Amino acid sequence: MKKIIYLDNAATTEIHPDVLNEMLPFFKKMYGNPSSIYSLAKSSKRGINLARERVAKALNASTKEIYFTSGGTESDNWAIKGIAFANEKKGKHIITSCIEHHAVLHTCEYLTKYGFEITYLPVSEKGIIDVKELERAIRKDTTLVSIMFANNEIGTIQPIKEIGEIAKKNNIYFHTDAVQAIGNVSIDVEKLNIDLLSLSAHKINGPKGIGALYIREGVNISSMIHGGMQEFGRRAGTENVAGIIGLGKAIELSTNDITRKTGYLKELRDYTIDEIVKRIPDTIVNGDRVKRLANNINICFKYIEGESILLMLDHEGICASSGSACTSGSLEPSHVLLAIGLPHEIAHGSLRLTLSKNNSKEEIDYVIERLTAIVKNLRELSPLNK
Amino acid sequence: MEEYSKEVIEHFLNPRNVGEIKDADGVGEVGNPVCGDIMRMYIKVKKDIITDVKFLTFGCGAAVATSSMVTEMIKGKSLEKAEEITNINVAEALGGLPPIKMHCSNLAQQCVKAAILDYRKKHEK
Repeated sequence: MKKIIYLDNAATTEIHPDVLNEMLPFFKKMYGNPSSIYSLAKSSKRGINLARERVAKALNASTKEIYFTSGGTESDNWAIKGIAFANEKKGKHIITSCIEHHAVLHTCEYLTKYGFEITYLPVSEKGIIDVKELERAIRKDTTLVSIMFANNEIGTIQPIKEIGEIAKKNNIYFHTDAVQAIGNVSIDVEKLNIDLLSLSAHKINGPKGIGALYIREGVNISSMIHGGMQEFGRRAGTENVAGIIGLGKAIELSTNDITRKTGYLKELRDYTIDEIVKRIPDTIVNGDRVKRLANNINICFKYIEGESILLMLDHEGICASSGSACTSGSLEPSHVLLAIGLPHEIAHGSLRLTLSKNNSKEEIDYVIERLTAIVKNLRELSPLNK
Repeated sequence: MEEYSKEVIEHFLNPRNVGEIKDADGVGEVGNPVCGDIMRMYIKVKKDIITDVKFLTFGCGAAVATSSMVTEMIKGKSLEKAEEITNINVAEALGGLPPIKMHCSNLAQQCVKAAILDYRKKHEK
């Protein structure tokens, strides 16, 4: 197989060798069920406790506020449905944004079948919500505000601190999907007044199928998965022990020394964006240039379609992503790109590159060279370019 | 997403008959930019035979591959035979298409019809 240049780290990441090494014994000798009484089971239990401490430390939370789940999607589902149903006597109104992940949007849509009302806050052309709009949207019957920490497509970082303050002042729970932000931005749930936070291991060089929901102590939330007494009796099911161990190690590694890591990534990101814009005419950089994840690049190339770009890049061994209809599995391009005001035909031509600290400048130079040729090639094929 | 066949990838990476024909006898265009695909086809016709064909396409891998394949299929054929080609024929010639991409083969077949219709309109006696 030829060399792969992996620029899709917002989709998933390569597992870190230290993470894998800590997980392996729990697939082999330490297979005990953490709920059992004998010594074999104790090592599983201790492993889970250590992982819980590591996750809590990364968020400045306490261990009893960390609940392991199957990933970001389950955490979002639990947070939103759990708060909605537990607090429906107070009200049935939820505020979110129109650029959330589908794990949030489709959960909210589901709740409308049960009489809940949802307000979708618009975003600016840079992809950021207006906190004044949030204040105006709050009603007496609002129980939850769910706004993502950072967007998975265009990388914009939301004004989380202000949102947290507004929610607290109005006595409303604040949930944030921080799946993309963990390891990229330092997060302190106390300082930011976050009541619930979703995270996932496989975005931070951990394994797939494991995540966590932070639930502030005292928050009134229903359980979604009923059964045994695991996770303090709030999320049943025998623990994914090796996965939990992996998440613990991954979050420790990814939140350690964030400033240095993001320093390198920001430099590489800005270099990539500037070079692409300089070399390829008729491009649009999506999202905010400053309030942006250190590893996110999202650019539209006029007159061409995203899936075509991806296929050509793949032919060169380059892995990337797009918000075109053909990659979303529907006829509509990305809801995020439409929400920032892009016309359909331009949204179809988007390309997302998400970097990791393993990417070198040499790799980026190669990608830019190939991309320049690919865009030129596809534009020659396009009837819109005439 | 379901994988593309080898033939689709091959036609996508090396599309046949790309370009314009300045003095085309018929031009067809289908699709729209909102949906993310547009095909334009140019044909030269001599004694009811398609002697040359070229295309330009804005769209995904399947849109480009079906355009390319359909131009190969109609080149040298009579107008009548070219009109008989169905989207299934195009998809089969490419070793099949993922279900979600079948509309691309529809587009290719409609584009042939549109180009022939344009030719007939211009050459009605």
